[in-house]
Amino acid sequence: MSKPRKFSSTRRKFLKGAAVAGAATIAPPTEAGLKARPVPRIAPLQDARAETTTPAEVDVLTSDHCGSDFMVDVLRSLDLDYVCANPGSSFRALHESIINYGGNQKPEFITCCHEESSVGMAHGYSKIEGKPLGVLAHGTVGLQHAAMAIYNAYCDRVPIFIVVGNTIDATMRRPGVEWMHSVQDAASIVRDFVKWDDTPISLQHFAESAARAFKVTMTPPMEPVLIVADSELQERPLAEKDKLRVQRVTRTSPPQGDSGAVAEAAKLLVAAQSPVIIADRAARTAAGMKYLVDLADILQAPVIDQGGRMNFPSHHPLNQSSRGRALIADADVILGLELTDFWGSVNAYRDQLERSSRRITKAGAKLISITAGDLYIKSNYQDFERYPEIDIAMAADAEATLPALTEAVKRLVTADRKNAFQARGTKLAAAHQTTLDQARVDATYGWDASPISTARLFAEVWAQIKNEDWSLVSSSQSNWPARLWKFDRYYQHIGGSGGAGVGYGAPAAVGAALANKKYGRLTVNVQNDGDLMYAPGVLWTTAHHRIPLLSVMHNNRAYHQEVMHLQRMANRHNRGIERAAIGTTIEDPNIDYSKLAQSMGLYAEGPITDPKELGPALKRAIAAVKRGEPALLDVVTQPR
Amino acid sequence: MSAFLLILILFAQTPPRGNAETGRTLFMKIGCYQCHGREAQGSTATGPRLNQNPITYTRFVSYIRKPSGEMPPYTAKVVSEQQAADIFAFLQSLPKPPAVESIPLLRQ
Repeated sequence: MSKPRKFSSTRRKFLKGAAVAGAATIAPPTEAGLKARPVPRIAPLQDARAETTTPAEVDVLTSDHCGSDFMVDVLRSLDLDYVCANPGSSFRALHESIINYGGNQKPEFITCCHEESSVGMAHGYSKIEGKPLGVLAHGTVGLQHAAMAIYNAYCDRVPIFIVVGNTIDATMRRPGVEWMHSVQDAASIVRDFVKWDDTPISLQHFAESAARAFKVTMTPPMEPVLIVADSELQERPLAEKDKLRVQRVTRTSPPQGDSGAVAEAAKLLVAAQSPVIIADRAARTAAGMKYLVDLADILQAPVIDQGGRMNFPSHHPLNQSSRGRALIADADVILGLELTDFWGSVNAYRDQLERSSRRITKAGAKLISITAGDLYIKSNYQDFERYPEIDIAMAADAEATLPALTEAVKRLVTADRKNAFQARGTKLAAAHQTTLDQARVDATYGWDASPISTARLFAEVWAQIKNEDWSLVSSSQSNWPARLWKFDRYYQHIGGSGGAGVGYGAPAAVGAALANKKYGRLTVNVQNDGDLMYAPGVLWTTAHHRIPLLSVMHNNRAYHQEVMHLQRMANRHNRGIERAAIGTTIEDPNIDYSKLAQSMGLYAEGPITDPKELGPALKRAIAAVKRGEPALLDVVTQPR
Repeated sequence: MSAFLLILILFAQTPPRGNAETGRTLFMKIGCYQCHGREAQGSTATGPRLNQNPITYTRFVSYIRKPSGEMPPYTAKVVSEQQAADIFAFLQSLPKPPAVESIPLLRQ
């Protein structure tokens, strides 16, 4: 057992001075400084005398500044607008520094009801704003809650700056819960799916690691990063602040494709009779979308947008996303831009009793890949998909490489090729128009049905928002928006969860709405019911922080993907094909989502089952959103 | 082709008399709606439209017994010939949807 330590008189005087001088004084992160740190009197907190009697002179009970104040200075240098968190004692000092020392501005503390919501919000925010949002998580249990959402962000290549509290020094832990919430290696639980983590042991170390973490998370492939903030570092009085330095944050240029590979790819694309461009997370920014349009226009090549980001305008004549399979089968050159699954894009897979696959491309078709994914791979989690046999593989960022590729293509285009490109473009434009017309015809089927068809749902929403500056931030399972709406701005679509971890949709929508708020955009979320029920408390966050967001429930009263999986198994085994609903549906009782939302302060209506009631209800809900409120409509829908 | 063979083929292609109402119930009960929608309107994400998408009864039964794609197989053990006929009758009974031009939201 360690002996209680006492301060010398000299030491007490020094510490009193530290308390008065505030930020100018500090226990520096040197060995000498560590020796200078105050040692708490060993007294049970539950002891009433300790709370009521006059403290002995030896106690130093206050300090004007602490290590976490400096941590706030560091977070400010990272341009973090917000930190999302469920409060936790392992970062209590940092929490207090943010709201008091930092004035609760840049970053502002956003109260979340679950760490999964905190990270999900950061995920959605980043895809609108193009920069990370901060997340604070409690040691052990908080990070355990956050883990699934971090994995989603990892798979979706999204930057998030996560700070986790922990008490590393065992002798500084309060008896009881603080031991349960302390861990030798706090980051280990998520190390497989963060890009980088560190556990700083001094404030200067914290500053340097935070700057490094920011640089790492913002370099493609972007992934979450994590810094452990030791509670002693946070809470220790701050002395000699002048000796500490907030590092200047520097950014790394995204990697461009090798010039030889770019030239070779351009040669193949120009010579191709039937080139196809497939894009998944190609456009990191609005500029990326423009670069892809430039390349497609020059080549008059069809683009298949797999929707990981807003890559290509939905009504551009070269957008052939709904004809993907046929075009890939006919292609002689396929350019894949930041594809999650190139193999799955050029192969068909059949999920029957005997799983089978076959390549769908023509013999000799050339595959070109540009992806930053080739620069970074880990072993344990298998998000890298099957190995594709690529002819030209560029380990590079697609958005950064596209301008050079387009220029290389331009240099090779002859008059003959230009004529061929134009002929190809004319055919593709006609096919595009046929697809749009067919979508409207398809939407008529089940138009007046109850439960409401998903086509009707999205057509009704579109009618109300099409003249607004809108942003669709949901990852709905339906592709009706892509078929019926006109997407032409980067922030109008933010892709999906990445890791397909259910529970992403609601918090990501709230985070995206938080980012959209300052631009005055009408943020729309078509919200799956099963997804919302993972952590519905995020609705309260929208009301508490006055985040304008229109949520329209796609309430099919089921985990519908799983209903279909159960049906497949039941059929395969020739038994019980009427019971796929057991364990997969959300009925008996039906959840009243409008009451759920109302209970947390939202404007809400529903359940709406008559399609004729949907338009007027949307008008009322949008009026609430325009007043700055979050609103929710519970719409009972067809499955998909 | 002999008259006997012709009669056999015609007989084979003549579906059992189906009951559309029973067929609607079955369509929901055994999970057809999950991929094709409650009005058989289809979804590009899960399963094709069956409403106003005429195929012969023979082809219909053949496909549900041994689908070539992703659809799970419905063998005779779990869906009888009569039940298949009822579902087929339900699909044939579905009315034509309204014309696009008659729906203002789709004219945009």
